Parts: sequence; C-alpha cells; structure tokens
Amino acid sequence: MEIFQLLVSGLANGCVYGLIALGFVMIYKATEAVNFAQGDFMMLGAFVMIGFNNAEYLGLPFAVSIVAALVVMGAIGYLLDRLILRRVAGESQTSVIILTIALGFVIRFVVGLIWGHEPKSLENPIIGQDIAFGGIVLGLEDVAVIVITLLLTLALYLFFQRSKLGLAMQAASQNQLAAYYMGVPVKRIQGFIWALSGIVAGIAGILFATKGSVDPTTGLIGIKAFAAAVIGGFGSLPGALLGGLIVGIIEPFASRYMPAGYSQIAPYALLLLVLIFRPSGLFAQQRNKKV
Amino acid sequence: MRVHFKTSYNQDIRLFEDKWTLFVYSLLIILSFLMPYILDVFYLGEMTNVLIWAIAGLGLMLLTGHTGQASLGHAAFLALGCYSYAILVQKGVPFLIAFPLSSVITGVVGMIVAIPALRLRGIYLAIATLAMSILVDDVIVLAEPFTGGVSGIFSEPIFLFGMEIDRWGTPIAFYYVALVTIIIVTFGYANIMRSPLGRSFVAVRDSEVSAQAMGVNIARTKMISFGLSCAITGLAGALMGLFAGIFNNETFSVVISIQLLMMIVIGGLGSIHGAFFGAIIIGFLPQFLSISKEYVGDFIGGSAVAIPGLEFGVFGMILIAFIMFEPNGIYGRWVKIRTWFELFPFYRKGMFKRQKSFLKTERLQ
Repeated sequence: MEIFQLLVSGLANGCVYGLIALGFVMIYKATEAVNFAQGDFMMLGAFVMIGFNNAEYLGLPFAVSIVAALVVMGAIGYLLDRLILRRVAGESQTSVIILTIALGFVIRFVVGLIWGHEPKSLENPIIGQDIAFGGIVLGLEDVAVIVITLLLTLALYLFFQRSKLGLAMQAASQNQLAAYYMGVPVKRIQGFIWALSGIVAGIAGILFATKGSVDPTTGLIGIKAFAAAVIGGFGSLPGALLGGLIVGIIEPFASRYMPAGYSQIAPYALLLLVLIFRPSGLFAQQRNKKV
Repeated sequence: MRVHFKTSYNQDIRLFEDKWTLFVYSLLIILSFLMPYILDVFYLGEMTNVLIWAIAGLGLMLLTGHTGQASLGHAAFLALGCYSYAILVQKGVPFLIAFPLSSVITGVVGMIVAIPALRLRGIYLAIATLAMSILVDDVIVLAEPFTGGVSGIFSEPIFLFGMEIDRWGTPIAFYYVALVTIIIVTFGYANIMRSPLGRSFVAVRDSEVSAQAMGVNIARTKMISFGLSCAITGLAGALMGLFAGIFNNETFSVVISIQLLMMIVIGGLGSIHGAFFGAIIIGFLPQFLSISKEYVGDFIGGSAVAIPGLEFGVFGMILIAFIMFEPNGIYGRWVKIRTWFELFPFYRKGMFKRQKSFLKTERLQ
C-alpha cells in the first residue's frame, strides 16, 4: 500500500516535471534553442493564475481565470519571441542559453515585485478532496494532474505528428533555409511555438499551484525538468513525459529508502548517469553534424 | 591608423602587435601595481575581488570562449580549488606549494571530468555541467569530515616570505598576491593562444568536423582545454576562499556558475579582455546599484527602498540587452569604437556584420 501511495504522489509530481519538459522539447523541436527559463515560465503561469483567481487580487471565477491566465501566458510567450528571441536568431547556442537564463532571472525579479516573495497557494474547488478505492486514498488534485498531463501530451504529440502546422514546425527546425524556400512562414511559426509553450507552462503552473504553494524561486524545479527532458531524449514529446515520470517516481522512493543527504541528489545523479552512458537520452535522435 | 608591414609569418603571432601596444599594456601593469597608493582600502578590496573574478573568468573563457564548450558548472571547480587549497594548508603545506598544487589537483580532476563530457556537446554539456554543479553542493555537505559541511571551514592567512597576508589585516599585500597571479595567468593564456594548441582550441570551437579534417585530435584538445581551464579556475577558487575567509557549501552554489558564464558573455566571448571587462561589471554592479538607489531615493524624496532580487534582475536585463544589441560583449563594442577612430572618417556600418546563418537540426527525425 505504501509503495502504491509513493507511486501516485511521484506520478503527480512527475507529471509537472513532464509538463515543463514538454515546454523545453517543443521549443527545442521547432527552434533548436533550449529555454532555460521554462521553469520560471511555469512559476509565472502559477502567479498569473493566482492573480486572476484569488480573492485578494482579482477574484474572478475559477474557469474564467484559467482561460484568462492561459491567454496571458500565450501572449507573453509570443511577445518574448517577437521582441527578444527573434533578434538573436543565428547567435551561438551559448548566447541563447545565457539569454534564457537571464530571462529567468528577470521573470523571478518581476514576479517578486508584483506578488511578493512569500509562498502563495491557489484557491481552487478541488483542493482537499479525496478519492478512495480499495484502501488507497488519492488526492483529487493528484488525479487531475495526471489525467490532464496525459491528455495534453497526447494532443501535442498528435499535433506535431499529424497536423500541417506541426509538420511545418518540424520542417522549420530541420532545415530552416529549405523551409523558407518551401513557403513555410518560419518566423510566424516560431512565434506560434513560443506562444504554445507559454500556454503549456501556464497549464503546468496552474496544476503545480493546485498541488501546493508557489514562490518566485519555484522555477528552479525547471532543473529537474531538464533531467526529465534529457532522459527522454530532448526531441521527443512522449519521451519528455516519460522522463518526467521517472524523475518524479525516483524522488519519493529515494527519500523513503535512502539515507538523508543522498536522497535529494538522486535525480541529478540519474541525469549524469544517463548523459554519460547514453548521451542522447533513451530515445536517441542525435547524429553527427555535417559541414 | 597604424599600418603593419609584415615581413615574416612570426609577426602574425606576436604577443604584442607593435611597440605602441606593448607600451599601453606596460602602462596598465604599472598602473595596477600603483593602485594601492591611488585607491582607499575599501575600493582596493573591491579591486581584489574583481581580479579574482577575472581569474575565474579567464578559466572559463579558455573553455567556453575559445574552445566553445559551454560549462554551467565551473563553481564546482572553484569549490574544488578552494577546498583543496584550504585542506593542504591545514595539513601544513606552505603557500608556495599548496597554491599551485590546488590548481594542479583541480586541473587533473577537470581532465577526468572531461572524459565523459567529451561525448556531449552544446546544450547536453551545459546541462551535464549544471547537474554537476548542483551535485557538488550536496557532496560538500556529505564529505563533512574534510569540508566541514554546512558550517564550513576557514582559509588560514597566507605565510609568504615571513609575512602574514590576509584580506583584512594586510589588504595591500593580498591585492599584490591576486595581481601577480593574474599577470602570470594572463601571460600564460596569451602565449597558449599563440601556440598550435591554442589555435586548435579555436578550430574545435569553430567547427569540430573541419578541425578533425585538418588533423586536430578533438578528444585530446578538449581534454587539455578542460584541464587548463579547471586549473586556472582552481587558482581563482583558492583566492576566493582566502578572500571570503570562511566558506561552506553555499559559497560555490550553482548561481556562481551561472554568474561566471554571464560575466564572460557580457565581457565578450572569445577574448582575454572580455574576462576582465566582465569581472569589472560583476564586481562593481552591487556598489553601483546601492549608490544609484540612494540617488533615486533622494530624487523622489523617500528613503532608499530595499528591493529583494534587484541585483539579479538588473543583471539579467543588462545581459539580455547585450546579447540582443552587442553579442560580442563589451570587448566587441570596444573594438568597434577603436576601429572607428583608427579609420576616421572611413568607418562603414557593415564592417563587423556577420553572415546570416540558418539553422539546421542535429537530430534524426
């Protein structure tokens, strides 16, 4: 029973990691850049939702706030691409990495200015409700997180594999110049993917905030989401979710069965092991670069 | 404008382009030796801090700026240098042996770390080094018998030529220790960059495949680059420990790694000058912010308000502005300004324009 309980809480955490990792992977798939600020994006999404929903701020109804928060997050994602990232296209990867890390710093600073540095939690209708079957008690919010994440991953996967826009996105990253020649509006597509990743970050943030409290440093769990994305292979959406689940499940088990001090390094140790022995993740997509 | 008439190939790799450059740099060195007589004690301490950061920046510049391997984990090597130096000194090893030895230890560990890192490139390397930096934080806590864990350990004052040197008691002597170290490191660095090894670093950065085709041993070059970079960083770490006096696992957190990388990007990736420019920004930004906050406070009539996280917020914005408008950093801007004056009035707008590059994936689909 105890193992099952650990498993479920791990799965729910893992889903949040997986959602952040989805954000990385989407942007990586379409623009070959890695958004190191995705964790802070998620934190921002949570705070935007709190700003719309909680009684001390705007106090809108829950459903309205969700829509409003996702629209705002999409707009922020689009504007970031339009105003900042589009201008650095063609810079070295190091520059883009640093740029997104700096973005994360700025987001943390701005959120701290607006909402303060104390932990806040989202007032929501499903908190504290349990589902019990067969002697196992599940928090409703955990179940909601797992279900929504699975649906979202499936939708995004189908979108990338089947829809015309999704294929155009893949084309834009596989060979930008050729995509231009084929009439793919590369710039507009990149703006769209950033907006989409903003929305995914918003969803992740809302789910995270229903599970517990958030503060401006919450975005640092983005580093664990890296582990998820790397384990999954950094180019595969289902891989990212699977990686997130693996990291999420390892954590509670490590803290239960390993001595204190060793348990919190488990996800990073796993990340390093994967990078050493299988550098391109479990679902490898790397090949040698041609000149 | 100075025109160089080159009569031999060796002129291309001279350490100083001409006598004027030699004169300027000699002047700079003399001026930095006279600093203790110009600045008061507080600013001398800040200068020492800048020099130490510049050493660390040089270490990372060798790896990221010249070999093209982005590392988000150099705080780990700072920590290694710092702890190995402090532990060696505690065991009774004199400064003149312990200081270089801590650098050698860090360099050797860096080379060992490079072996698995050789298979990684780009973002994967950045993420692996980031994870390493986080791990080291926990490892320091776990290795408490050696490192003192969370409570930390002291770095004892330096005993050199019968003199006791520490940051608070004898700030001038400590400044000279940092200054001599950085001059030796910079001189060595500049010489490496003239040698075949240095040019193979740059070749690996610009295109691994082309470098390999030209006969550069990629694995060996990257390993040496890692080793040298970590050795320099180890020196900076030892000095940082001496500067801080007491340190624990949080002194070298992952934030320091990120700050280091940001520093060399602001300074200008791929130039020795960049490490110095970046260190000046890092070193003086907190002072500048607190002074400007006072001015703003006076201006709007209220008292200076404390805004948590302001430093990092401003730092992030400066960085974003640099990457957007001057990707070559302060050094790149300096080169442009200098060229403008040298060529006056013939400077053209497009002189430093780079060819547009289009993106191509490295993934299989």
